[in-house]
Amino acid sequence: MGLKVENLTVYYQTLRGDVRALEHASFQLADGEIMGLAGESGCGKPPLGHSLIVLFPPMKYIAGRVEVDGEEIPIWDAEGMNTYRFRKISLIPQYAMNAMNPIRKIGKMIGELLEARGVDYKDMLPELKRRLDLVSLPHEVLNMYPIELSGGMKQRMVMVISSLLNPSLLIADEITSALDVATQKAVAEMLVEFRERQFINNLIVITHDISILYQIADSILIMYAGVLAEKAPTKSIIESPRHPYTRLLISSLPEVGVRFAEKRLMGIPGNPPLLLNPPAGCRFRERCPLAYERCLEEPPFIEVDKDHFVACWKEYENHAQAR
Amino acid sequence: MRRYLIRKIVIYALTFFLAVTVDWLIPRFMPGDPIRNMLTRVSVASNATAIQMMYDYYARLFGLDLPLWQQYLNFWKALFQGDLGISTYLFPTPVVDVLKRAVPYDVFLLVPAILLGWYTGNKFGAFAARSKRLDNFVLPLSYILTATPYMWLGILLAWFFGIVLGIFPIAGAYSFSLRPTLSLTFALDLLHHWFLPFASIFIIEFGGWAIGMRNMIIYELEAEYSRYLNALGSPKSLVRKYAFNNAILPQITGLALKLGVIVAGALVTEVVFSYPGIGYLLLAAIQNQDYFLIQGCFLFIILGVLIANFVIDLVYLVVDPRTRRGMVGESA
Repeated sequence: MGLKVENLTVYYQTLRGDVRALEHASFQLADGEIMGLAGESGCGKPPLGHSLIVLFPPMKYIAGRVEVDGEEIPIWDAEGMNTYRFRKISLIPQYAMNAMNPIRKIGKMIGELLEARGVDYKDMLPELKRRLDLVSLPHEVLNMYPIELSGGMKQRMVMVISSLLNPSLLIADEITSALDVATQKAVAEMLVEFRERQFINNLIVITHDISILYQIADSILIMYAGVLAEKAPTKSIIESPRHPYTRLLISSLPEVGVRFAEKRLMGIPGNPPLLLNPPAGCRFRERCPLAYERCLEEPPFIEVDKDHFVACWKEYENHAQAR
Repeated sequence: MRRYLIRKIVIYALTFFLAVTVDWLIPRFMPGDPIRNMLTRVSVASNATAIQMMYDYYARLFGLDLPLWQQYLNFWKALFQGDLGISTYLFPTPVVDVLKRAVPYDVFLLVPAILLGWYTGNKFGAFAARSKRLDNFVLPLSYILTATPYMWLGILLAWFFGIVLGIFPIAGAYSFSLRPTLSLTFALDLLHHWFLPFASIFIIEFGGWAIGMRNMIIYELEAEYSRYLNALGSPKSLVRKYAFNNAILPQITGLALKLGVIVAGALVTEVVFSYPGIGYLLLAAIQNQDYFLIQGCFLFIILGVLIANFVIDLVYLVVDPRTRRGMVGESA
């Protein structure tokens, strides 16, 4: 069943007006799909990820619906969501290093959290210990304070806590950005392992590090300036991207075996537009080398190939001609 | 653990030594002369030679004719024998006895005012942080309270409850018509006199702690561990409990730091209400240049502050695991 998001629109309230951080997002995840969510800074990755679980002010729900396993999730209801958080949808936060109460022993904190959610800690303890083994943490950590753990250990501990109640959807927010490369890979592989063992069904990995997605993600969703640009299986995104933004983004990544003394690495000229008052039509228009008059209208997010969705008029026309 | 405690004790002993030395120095640097002061007050004789003789006699008696370094050594020697000298102002009562009479009043006044103010202030501040409407009302009130000088509030209370309403006495620890006895009448009279000085300290303490706690709680509710709990759907009660447990830590330190200031505050309050505690005594001692009584009063304050700080250090070991960890790290 997986995750289904329809027309999700979320704004940020600021003193200068609403920032249109996420508009008309519609996509689906198949059972067991791991999706990477990538894009530049300020393009709306966190609003999408967070609106599924922690839609608190200044975020404001505007429209859209979210289904997990066929059940509608009331993401607009900050209180009512408590029933679904942790059990149905869970989060590994970006700030995992500071996510645990510094003055509680970790085991005690987990116990109090579980009791508060109506789960018996003693019943859960054997499973908790099995999962600690899985991420190679010693059982003693339960008897330690967060400061006694290294950064990597805290990261793994939070992964275990967040996935403890087998949520259907787990959102991992920039979990690798604070880790060294070796640990990054281990952490990423543990998340895949969680999926294999069916602790979780769907996983959304929010990151700007596309190389980590290449290792673990089944599909990648590229966002630009608060709207979806392209979603496709990982291989297609890396090897045959269709949206001009994705192409530029992928081409600005370093490749193994290429010496960059000979070939200068290209960035994307310009910056994403400010979302307080974004331009009408395609939001990538200003920076797009292919832009033409039709781009003044907003392009639809359509399936141009199997499981390959793009929001670009060029692709739309190619697709229409092919049919 | 042991090393940590030993180190702490050494530091406190050193502080004690320095503070007491300063305490001994300060009265001796004051202009004026305690013995001449005492003789003038009792005005025993008009004859100049008689006065000179008496002056020499008392100077020898108090050891004030010796060189300063010897006075200093004698002072420490006497101190270790529990002898603080004889008060010149309340001659010939030993300073220890004078203090013994005053200390119960201080303990009786300060301990409930400080602890109750701290406890209720923190509880109330944490409570106010929850509701916007209460917060909007409480915050300005608390700022006004905590910015109020002790004596001004004291005078205001004395004027309103003592003069205008006339329901509380405004001076002394008990009525002049009563003698200290173990009777209900006396106990009630004592409480009656105690209330206004107590209230003036309590109210100001309460305001200060309430603001501090409110700000700390709001900060902790935004902390990342709180956000994580919210993301995992934990009920507000658990988030608040954790926030309170974390926010109370700096308040404990604050309590230790404020103790010294509170003693000074109590001095003013005691003067306003003529309450016969150490503060009141200290003022009289300074006015009469009573070296020994000044030393005795300050010694009491020094001991009070040091002991309070030491107790807080120990409490911190229990409530904050990070101190324990730091301690192990240092001794390793």
